[in-house]
Amino acid sequence: MSALYSLRDVGMRYDGSRVLREATLEFGAGEMVAVVGPNGAGKSTLLGIMAGLRAPYDGVCRYRDLEIRAWLRRRLAYEVSFVPQSLSLQFPFTAEQVVLMGRTPYCDGLFESPEDREAVQDAMRITDTLQFGARDFRSLSGGERQRVVLASALAQRPRALLLDEPTTFLDLKHQLSIYALLRDLCRTGLLVIAVTHDLNLAASYSDRVVLLDAGRVAADAAPAEVLTASFLRQVFGVEAEIRAGRAGKPWVLYGD
Amino acid sequence: MVAVGLVAPLVGSAHVDYGRVLAGLSPDREILLYARVPRVLLSLLAGGALAVAGVLFQALLRDALATPYTLGISSGASLGAVLAIALGWRTVAGLPAIWAAAFLGAGVALFLVLGIATEGRRMSSFTLLLAGVTINSICLALILFLQNLANFGQSFAIVRWLMGGIEALDYSSIAWLAALVLPVCGFIFLRAREWNLLAVGEEWAMARGVSTSRLLLAGYFAGSLIAGSVTALTGPIGFVGLIVPHALRLRLGADHRLLIPCSFFTGAAFLTVCDTIARTLLAPAELPVGVITALAGGPCFIWLLRSRRRSLWL
Repeated sequence: MSALYSLRDVGMRYDGSRVLREATLEFGAGEMVAVVGPNGAGKSTLLGIMAGLRAPYDGVCRYRDLEIRAWLRRRLAYEVSFVPQSLSLQFPFTAEQVVLMGRTPYCDGLFESPEDREAVQDAMRITDTLQFGARDFRSLSGGERQRVVLASALAQRPRALLLDEPTTFLDLKHQLSIYALLRDLCRTGLLVIAVTHDLNLAASYSDRVVLLDAGRVAADAAPAEVLTASFLRQVFGVEAEIRAGRAGKPWVLYGD
Repeated sequence: MVAVGLVAPLVGSAHVDYGRVLAGLSPDREILLYARVPRVLLSLLAGGALAVAGVLFQALLRDALATPYTLGISSGASLGAVLAIALGWRTVAGLPAIWAAAFLGAGVALFLVLGIATEGRRMSSFTLLLAGVTINSICLALILFLQNLANFGQSFAIVRWLMGGIEALDYSSIAWLAALVLPVCGFIFLRAREWNLLAVGEEWAMARGVSTSRLLLAGYFAGSLIAGSVTALTGPIGFVGLIVPHALRLRLGADHRLLIPCSFFTGAAFLTVCDTIARTLLAPAELPVGVITALAGGPCFIWLLRSRRRSLWL
């Protein structure tokens, strides 16, 4: 597996407080990684640095052997797409227009090519969003919006997909179908890195879990090795019981 | 817009007949060519430019209430122009000094308002509007102050900058304005796709390969340039940049590739109609067009504020 991302001692400070420190990680094509940790552990910061939205304060973050900062924004947009935690709009863009924006790096003139339209149709079909293409994005429910934003990121046809809590507002059926979709995309070689609070989704769909605690990487291994009672007590401060789920994946039961 | 452009010169406080104009008869020919037509041309250009500047600032700041007027840019430009008159400057590097001063004033006002309203990386539209109002009143106060210092002739020239008005100008000023406004509006139109992304969010645009800081700078510069140069000729005219984009967004949606050209044409037609009303309402006296746009735009602004409160809960 060739590494797409390689991070060395990456750190970030806001107003002097260190929200991320000494993160040394590698991610390769075709991996499905869940990033978990309590609030304020630095999960979104890590993702933001990898997406090139903010420069790290310490250390280096490389994508395909070139530092993120050295990438031309547009070249990077061919490679990496980012799904924000939530998106709220001031103006009446339709869902389809939001998805079309994913094609920006590919368009030169004012208008999209048939190829762009096709990519948009594909992305909307697999995220089950075709039916509200013409609706005002703001009139959609939280879960519908998340699927539209995901469609926009997929229309970008990236090699690496970074998601910040992609399933927070989704109903059960769509949570499962989005994770199944992400896993299928991984099998075609896409690198998927998702920040999530749902440990069981993380456990059952990802092959690797990165656990962040107060800005440090506390663990980085297969789900069964990271999601243990002692780690959960130490990092989240909760008592949990770990049972064997399907296909040998851990299943986390919270509470006493 | 074409229809308005053809009909508007006919309407006015003195009766003019196209037939007599074509026959070259006095005074109809003179009134049409030297009073009505330049005035209509100016209002077309000014209306189009103000509406486009409004759409642009709304996209850059993601706020439907941002316009050259509410951001204090128009009054900043007025102050610049008045300062140039009071100091007796005529030309700077071949350009009329009033324009250069108006543009500088617009830039300074924008810089101040954005500076006041920015808290860290965020900007709330509440502080943005308050900052705009404050800059507006400071600029107007300074204009009044300068007017009282100035001699009678200058003071008369300054009055125009207290309340926006469209006057008949010589054709060369209008040609200058067109040469400035039309290419800049063209540039803004060609970047429509990027304004779409910025209207969603800066990170959203960045993640899609747009270098946002350069684009924001270009946008603020272009917007101040057209708003400033229009204000240099007309004084501050409010609400065109507010009503026109808002009404169009309700009908056409938010895609700037459609919104920008339509705003230009609708803004041009809107301001010309307002100016025609201003010329005829109290004929033979002529009202400043700012009176009409404010009377039409004020209620629209209030309605927008109120409807926004509802949309926050959506």
